[in-house]
Amino acid sequence: MTVDRSPEVPGTVVVTGISRPLGARVAARLADDPRIARVVGVDAVDPSPELAALLDRVERVRAEAGAAGTIIADLHAEAVVHLAVLTAPDPQHGGRAAMKEQNVIGTMQLLAACQQAPRVRKLVVRSSTAAYGASFRDPAVFTEETEPREVPRGGFARDILDIEGYVRGFRRRRPDVTATVLRFAPFIGSTIDTTLTRYFAQPAVPTVLGRDPRLQFVHVDDALEVLHRSVTGEHPGTFNVAGAGVLTLSQAIRRAGRVGVPVVEPGLSAAAGFARSLGFGRYGLDQVDLFVHGRVVDTTRLIEEYDFTPRSTAAAFDDFIRGHAGGRVVRAEQLAAAEAAILDGIRRVRAAVEERS
Amino acid sequence: MSDRRAPRRGRDSRVSPGGPAGINGKRVVLPPPVPGAPDADAAPRNGQRPTGSPPPAVADQPADVWDRRVASGLAFLRRRLSGDYEVDEFGFDPDLNDHVFHPVLRLLYREWFRTEVFGIDNVPTTGAGLVVGNHSGTVALDALMLSAALHDRHPEGRHLRLLGADLVFRMPFVSELARKSGGTVACNPDAERLLRGGDLVGVFPEGFKGVGKHYSQRYKLQRFGRGGFVSAALRTGTPIIPAAIVGAEEIYPMLADIKPLARLLGLPYFPVTPTFPWLGPLGMVPLPSKWMIEFCPPIPTADMMEHADDPMVVFNLSDQVRETIQQALHRLLERRPDPFAP
Repeated sequence: MTVDRSPEVPGTVVVTGISRPLGARVAARLADDPRIARVVGVDAVDPSPELAALLDRVERVRAEAGAAGTIIADLHAEAVVHLAVLTAPDPQHGGRAAMKEQNVIGTMQLLAACQQAPRVRKLVVRSSTAAYGASFRDPAVFTEETEPREVPRGGFARDILDIEGYVRGFRRRRPDVTATVLRFAPFIGSTIDTTLTRYFAQPAVPTVLGRDPRLQFVHVDDALEVLHRSVTGEHPGTFNVAGAGVLTLSQAIRRAGRVGVPVVEPGLSAAAGFARSLGFGRYGLDQVDLFVHGRVVDTTRLIEEYDFTPRSTAAAFDDFIRGHAGGRVVRAEQLAAAEAAILDGIRRVRAAVEERS
Repeated sequence: MSDRRAPRRGRDSRVSPGGPAGINGKRVVLPPPVPGAPDADAAPRNGQRPTGSPPPAVADQPADVWDRRVASGLAFLRRRLSGDYEVDEFGFDPDLNDHVFHPVLRLLYREWFRTEVFGIDNVPTTGAGLVVGNHSGTVALDALMLSAALHDRHPEGRHLRLLGADLVFRMPFVSELARKSGGTVACNPDAERLLRGGDLVGVFPEGFKGVGKHYSQRYKLQRFGRGGFVSAALRTGTPIIPAAIVGAEEIYPMLADIKPLARLLGLPYFPVTPTFPWLGPLGMVPLPSKWMIEFCPPIPTADMMEHADDPMVVFNLSDQVRETIQQALHRLLERRPDPFAP
């Protein structure tokens, strides 16, 4: 390579999960970085055509995560970015069973492969703030040291705990590898499509009656930046990645101009289960738990270590609103107009009354 | 400070029965946005409904009190409906507190309980402080009144961030009211985070032992738990301000506790008072006892920060706080021989 490389930037990077938007965008971004010679994307499924267009500079290998071992060894990969973590079951691709297979077994096999590959010196794993579980006795703000009080009931959250458990084991066995675990808050932004963005995009948004959870989001572009820096820099450890500040669910719904529809919690859990069994629902107990307990994390460690501050939760959500302005039911301008009209009406009536008396 | 409050109280109590806008507009009325003559002119005229000169056109009297109240109430509604307000990481919502919670609490605190406050100068004007109070009254109204007293009487109008039992955060609606009013779960990470952020934190170490005690035990402080509040103060070097609250014991005098029913409902106790459950919902109305709240001189902890894990130091300090509150309670009770005095 003619480009001067700082010692920590790896020459060959393997990215898993490139059939999904996050994986594809990370791989494309790393491929655009001149310091990185080679980016190889691994996934068992081919990416959709629009994602494939992003990946023209990425070498694609179609393989199960289990087969990634030989690939990592053959390619002499120096860094592995593990993004093949599904957040919700996909009814078209085997549902929850396939999701668990990919999340838990896939991670286990990938880490086993990394452990055997002597040239690997960097591992970046996507995790989630779901790792903190959901309990009424939880502190309001989670730091990286907070342990979950109860095993969460959502499938994704349980997978995340398993994945982080495997990474802990890997760190013990390969202390020479820089392992970075990034606990992301839910992604938001105008350009992505997730369970959560679809949820907020509906005109009427179901909420849990009597609960108004505190939510945090991270803008997907900031998530990409943090992932990129994790590959090119040395950032061992576990980091919360979220936008500063908090929106409550009701506040977020109002800002998006949607209407909240409170539902009794057991009803919502049952409805989520029913919809899933019919094969169209993508809300799971993970979402219900989030909408009962909320989740706020401390990002001091990320900001100090990466010298990078993700945009605030409110700013990230504003970007989402801009991208989904079409589905608004209530507009801020309408409210302001109504306010002015009512005030004007009251003034008129009072003036009329005072004139008569 | 009392000079500033006195006229405001008079004006509020005269106007507020007139309509709901009085509640919403109250806080905003205090700093008059239109200074000088037009405002001073409008207020008395509005009170007396002058008949002489009719206003010439619509929206011609922006300085009129009622108009400003309606306008600020509507602006508040618009802000709420469009989500245009800020919430901190604990869920504290200052906009909602200033316009809804505190005006309602202030009614209870002033008109119903006729609360007198002593030693407000002992509460720091800036920076962190841990206010430790005695807990009583079957329903934890004392926590709300303590925060109302602080907000109302403190020169800086400080907000008290209460620490509550996890039962509070388990209950729907109640949990959200608690969070929005600035409360959070009583645990050391949250307490220390608030104190490091320079907040005023309120804690009741007796917990349910204090609130749910029999009426015959009134004004006898219960055990202070493990002293987790002391270690939170020591770790952050925050002064501890003991606070004695007299009056809460009489609001729902607990004559008996139906334990099986409490177990069935998952509550720490099921109270029987002279009015509850006999009078149904009417039994939920608190008796109008006379309240007194005293803030005692702060106990500095900044020079003891290294002893946060020393159980001896923690217990001694916890005991000192307990004794201070107990003595202040006796002092206040002597000044208030009749629990239902005016």
